[in-house]
Amino acid sequence: MDYFLVSLIKIVVVFGAFMTTLAYLQWVERKVLAHIQLRLGPQRVGPHGLLQPLADVIKLATKEGVIPANVNTFFYILAPFIAVSLALISIAVIPFGPAIELFGVRTNLELTSLNIGVLLILAISSVGVYGIALGGWASNNKYSLMGGLRSSAQMISYELPMAIALATPLLVLNTLDLRQIAERQGGGWFWNWTAFSAPPLLFIAFVVFLISAFAETNRVPFDLPEAENELVAGFHTEYSSLAFAGFFMAEYANMVTITCVATTIFLGGWHPPFPAPYSNYVPTALFWFFGAILLFHGLTQPARRWDRFTFPIFGVLSLGLGAIFLGATFFPVVGQILFPVFWFVAKVGLLLFIFIWVRGTLPRFRYDQLMRFTWTFLFPVALGCLLLTGLKVALFG
Amino acid sequence: MLPNAVPVSWYLVLSAILFSLGVAGFLIRRNIITVFMCIELMLNAVNLSFVAFSYELKKIDGQLFTFFVMVVAAAEAAVGLAIILTIFRHRMSLEIDDVSSLKN
Amino acid sequence: MIPLPNLDVIAFLVLATFAVLCGLSVILQKHAVASALSLVGVMGALAVLYLMLGAEFLAAVQMIVYAGAIMVLFVFVIMLLNAGSEQKSNRPRYFAYFAGIPALLVFLGLIANFILRELPNSASVQFGAFTQGGPAPVGRLLFTKYLLPFEVTSLLVLIAIIGAMVLAKKEID
Repeated sequence: MDYFLVSLIKIVVVFGAFMTTLAYLQWVERKVLAHIQLRLGPQRVGPHGLLQPLADVIKLATKEGVIPANVNTFFYILAPFIAVSLALISIAVIPFGPAIELFGVRTNLELTSLNIGVLLILAISSVGVYGIALGGWASNNKYSLMGGLRSSAQMISYELPMAIALATPLLVLNTLDLRQIAERQGGGWFWNWTAFSAPPLLFIAFVVFLISAFAETNRVPFDLPEAENELVAGFHTEYSSLAFAGFFMAEYANMVTITCVATTIFLGGWHPPFPAPYSNYVPTALFWFFGAILLFHGLTQPARRWDRFTFPIFGVLSLGLGAIFLGATFFPVVGQILFPVFWFVAKVGLLLFIFIWVRGTLPRFRYDQLMRFTWTFLFPVALGCLLLTGLKVALFG
Repeated sequence: MLPNAVPVSWYLVLSAILFSLGVAGFLIRRNIITVFMCIELMLNAVNLSFVAFSYELKKIDGQLFTFFVMVVAAAEAAVGLAIILTIFRHRMSLEIDDVSSLKN
Repeated sequence: MIPLPNLDVIAFLVLATFAVLCGLSVILQKHAVASALSLVGVMGALAVLYLMLGAEFLAAVQMIVYAGAIMVLFVFVIMLLNAGSEQKSNRPRYFAYFAGIPALLVFLGLIANFILRELPNSASVQFGAFTQGGPAPVGRLLFTKYLLPFEVTSLLVLIAIIGAMVLAKKEID
């Protein structure tokens, strides 16, 4: 009975947090891109556009869903469902923290633990092509078909270096269970994390994985399937309303999942970069620093009229968060959840910021360049990395 | 009324049904790609019986045979689809009855 | 308290029904893409059945290799050739319909009868009763007892890659 109740609570919490992240990731992306390009980004709905995701959801949900003439209706409707449901599955095997004990119940901070977790994630990501390919094909539109075809070729090609780069740290870690993978990187400083543990081999594998992740999620500089100026919008040209929102959500969910995988396997999961008693003060220091800056700017030099009120409010909220983390150092019951989750979220956030940063700065590849890059450069590099790591493990253990 | 447990023989019967479906498709379909997919269906059915026997005997050798079948199926799919591409380029058709120039 | 029906039985019945329906759909659908997707459905159901038989590694490989690579290749080729629905052929297949299908049904009946009679008390499948199908035991056996077949298949895959490239290459004159 306990097991069902605890699982239910965990599912609700993780699903809620995941959905909120997806909605606000889009806001963060628009804001960061805007500031890279010297614009302001969303400003109208709520303070600093903070209610923009809500407005977008309402807009997309109340729009009329148009099914164009001469499409293959069944597959046309099925495609976004496949895309969304596959994108939301993988989060179930990601561990967010160590085993905790709350009210006498012992549980892991994850939805489920599999001894083939890494394989499950590879399987889900390899089946994910169907949503896009089907959507492109069922739309009965040559631009959509081109987008779908490009996307399936691209995802098949980049899956090879991604799988090999993912297999490289497994040689060192000696397990396929994501929880054990994260646990084996803990205990001390950041050079215990796989990405830094056997320099430079595993760091190269990490970079190869990250580059393939850009291609797998169809992000700039590899967003050929939806290149606006060549293919209008690629595979989702003909989609509107909630079906379009489904594809959009799937893209962001894939992004979050793949950064979670990178964090768990390469960046030490929930472990802080240096040992525990000191690393526990980092969140407090960060939040207080941020809050102080907000308070200072809001009270002394507000750029716009409303900043006089909104900046200090967010500043006080940030100070309060810092105080909660400071309090958590004295109460291990709270701290055992807060600190691991903080470090996990911080690492995932950093990787997501890199995704957005790259989108703001790099131009798009040409299609033949994209294919040549993976087959003649990325794939041999990943393979060499795997071989050398295997040799190292065989010789030195 | 449902029985309390599933015997391994049920899995074998399921495998036989799927295999027969594959053979039936192989006989009645005329699109080369669909015929090829029916062959894959037969391979899958055989794989299921391998895994079921592996459970019955409590040895994983049967699972390794399935593994090898999968590898060979991947190789077969690559070459087979390349051949289908070539046929399509020469004849502009995927009908299996059109590929019969040796007969006449 | 009402006795709960055995979950193993329910899962098997649901998955088996799904697999057979998808298999029927493979051979009855007019359009090649629909057939391919039905085949993916069969493969997914079989992957879960492998899990119930304790073959975790194979279940994952089934999804990665079969559903994720081979079938994507099929769908890709179908879309590339725009191989739409079959036309009505001018040569109806009386032989296949009136001799092949009944013969097949007889074969199916015989083999089912044979299986059920020869294996009346085969082991009953319980999820979690057989746990040797994880990656570690499979890998150990693969690199000791079956090392030679493993190397031979790797050679086969290499030859298949080269063959596919040579066949699919456009002829340059």
